[in-house]
Amino acid sequence: MEIIVCIKQILDPDLPPAKFMVDKERNKVIPPEGIPFVINPYDALAVEAALKIKDEKGGKITVITIGDKSTEDIVRKALAMGADEGLIISDTIFEESDSFAVGYILAQGIKKIGRYDLILCGRQAADWDNGVVGSVVAEYLGIPIVTRAKDVKVVNGRVNVERVTTDGFETFELELPALITVSSELGQARLPSGWGIIKAASKEIPIWSGKEIETDISKVGKKASRNQLMRLIIPSYERRCEFITGEDLHEISAKLTSKLMERRIHE
Amino acid sequence: MNNLRGILVVGETEGGKLNPITHELLGGARELVKIIEEEASLLLMGEELAPVAQEGISFGADKIFIVESPLYRDYNPDSYAHLICGVCKKANPRLCLMGHTDLGREAAPRVSARLGAGICMDCVELRVDSSKQSFVQTRPVFGGKAMAEITSLPGNIQIDTVRRKSMSPISPSVDRKGEIVDLTNEIDPPMIRAKLVNQRRQESEGIDLEKAKVIVAGGGGIGNREGFERIKELAQLLGGAVGTTRVPVDEGWVPHSLEIGQTGKIVSPDLYVAVGISGATQHVTGILGSKYIIAINKDPDANIFKVSNLGVAADYKEVLPRVIESLKTLIQ
Ligand SMILES: Cc1cc2nc3c(=O)[nH]c(=O)nc-3n(C[C@H](O)[C@H](O)[C@H](O)COP(=O)(O)OP(=O)(O)OC[C@H]3O[C@@H](n4cnc5c(N)ncnc54)[C@H](O)[C@@H]3O)c2cc1C
Ligand SMILES: Nc1ncnc2c1ncn2[C@@H]1O[C@H](COP(=O)(O)O)[C@@H](O)[C@H]1O
Repeated sequence: MEIIVCIKQILDPDLPPAKFMVDKERNKVIPPEGIPFVINPYDALAVEAALKIKDEKGGKITVITIGDKSTEDIVRKALAMGADEGLIISDTIFEESDSFAVGYILAQGIKKIGRYDLILCGRQAADWDNGVVGSVVAEYLGIPIVTRAKDVKVVNGRVNVERVTTDGFETFELELPALITVSSELGQARLPSGWGIIKAASKEIPIWSGKEIETDISKVGKKASRNQLMRLIIPSYERRCEFITGEDLHEISAKLTSKLMERRIHE
Repeated sequence: MNNLRGILVVGETEGGKLNPITHELLGGARELVKIIEEEASLLLMGEELAPVAQEGISFGADKIFIVESPLYRDYNPDSYAHLICGVCKKANPRLCLMGHTDLGREAAPRVSARLGAGICMDCVELRVDSSKQSFVQTRPVFGGKAMAEITSLPGNIQIDTVRRKSMSPISPSVDRKGEIVDLTNEIDPPMIRAKLVNQRRQESEGIDLEKAKVIVAGGGGIGNREGFERIKELAQLLGGAVGTTRVPVDEGWVPHSLEIGQTGKIVSPDLYVAVGISGATQHVTGILGSKYIIAINKDPDANIFKVSNLGVAADYKEVLPRVIESLKTLIQ
């Protein structure tokens, strides 16, 4: 089994709202100082899904990311979790690429890698929350895709995917090669082991340029973008909160009860 | 692509009726076509569509595209993406609207990749820009911490998924007229590579979250599965539904179909009671339509209080049993 996992470096989605700031002139997020970027949590779960398959069937896992040199940290993290190879695709011509361009670049990288049975992505990157790139990669490679998996199993050369829907579950069976995007219901991503960290630290991570993956420059960067970001604003949803106070919990509970009585549904 | 015209809504049906999201999208489409002075059309796929087509017209569609076939009775990622692409090529809309539903989340990116369309996911607002050549979509990003305003390219088809409850349906009228166009024989049969082998619905007891007038939601602060029995009891007494956040779902205390927020359901009850919920933006983004929010949290600085109307800064284990006992005697 040759498995490729696409991982993205993002601003920590658990960052408290008070620390989240934007540059209104340039429509950009200002990353707060001293808070490290993280691997997109859904992508860590995609790595986990790959590792589970490898634990059972053996195989090789390659993680791939598009970004600058700083993305090395998340690649090493995935290696420490148990991935076999890491790869960074980096070029200034990729800056400000939209989802289609990112999907195209990943597909070009994957074509250069050559062999793959299964490609795993996150259901969405928890920064811009698009959930588009996986589908674009699948379209460029001409392979089937199922999104939002909670369980991915390889059985007899096919892949069985249980995925979450709004009100339940669906199981699909796909021919390989296929692309699957992974949702939070998969569970928890394993922590890197001590030995994994040591091994990952010295692992060489190749960096491929646009040229090396034979990029058609008309398909990447800002000018290829099909949508334009006009404004990025921080909304305010604050309400004026009145706190219930009282001598003791009896009184507080009684006041809450009468508030609820006012607003319950009368049948 | 040239000669783009009008807005195409991808319809969803349930039990022979249009899904509420389709009513909403048609309402939104009507607002937009008023400005661009073009038509709003609706795509319906599946079986026995004639009565649904009439419903579509009464809710604002000028034209209905029908593809009637057992192939499209149930959702399949391959067949639906194929079909929507095919219909977009025939209808050539400027804008194709889908709900940000199971269908839209999966089909929209694929259709846009195939058509070379622009795409915005999870839009909460949509307008025509002043040149009337492109659309301006507003969508929450960074888990709801920011809102992005994004414009489409003039002359290029744009595909948007729209969050539930962000557009309003028109009041339906049986006097509205519309044209029905049958495309059944014009779409090649799809190539299905993802075969559905099993489907399971999660038991959702009681009231549908998305329609509920009252919701009592428990978060990570509930602590365990047993704690949720108190939440259920309170919900029942108030005539409401039970909701939750990501944490209890991850812990396995409650099924994922009860999760509210960015990746879960979008709710807009008259009363939302948040118990042991911190108020992370990814959750809050799903409850903003609530008329009145009451929060119970033992941390007086919890973010949830910032978005609430009424706050109780206390341990829910001290408060809820008392409240439940008094409500029982008051209501019975
Ligand atoms: C990409 C992404 C998407 C996400 N999508 C969603 C989503 O759709 N929906 C969602 O809900 N979350 C979502 N999350 C998770 C979200 O970020 C938060 O982690 C989650 O909402 C936290 O849930 P919580 O507030 O219930 O739990 P916690 O963060 O564990 O907070 C528990 C709260 O309970 C209080 N508490 C503890 N004990 C008691 C007690 N005895 N009495 C009263 N109060 C008590 C604490 O003070 C605390 O405020 C998403 C996260 C990411 C990264
Ligand atoms: N820059 C990137 N490098 C590698 N993978 C990416 C990148 N951007 C997106 N992806 C993958 O595509 C998924 C969906 O991203 P998005 O469509 O941006 O929400 C992510 O979870 C990743 O698996």
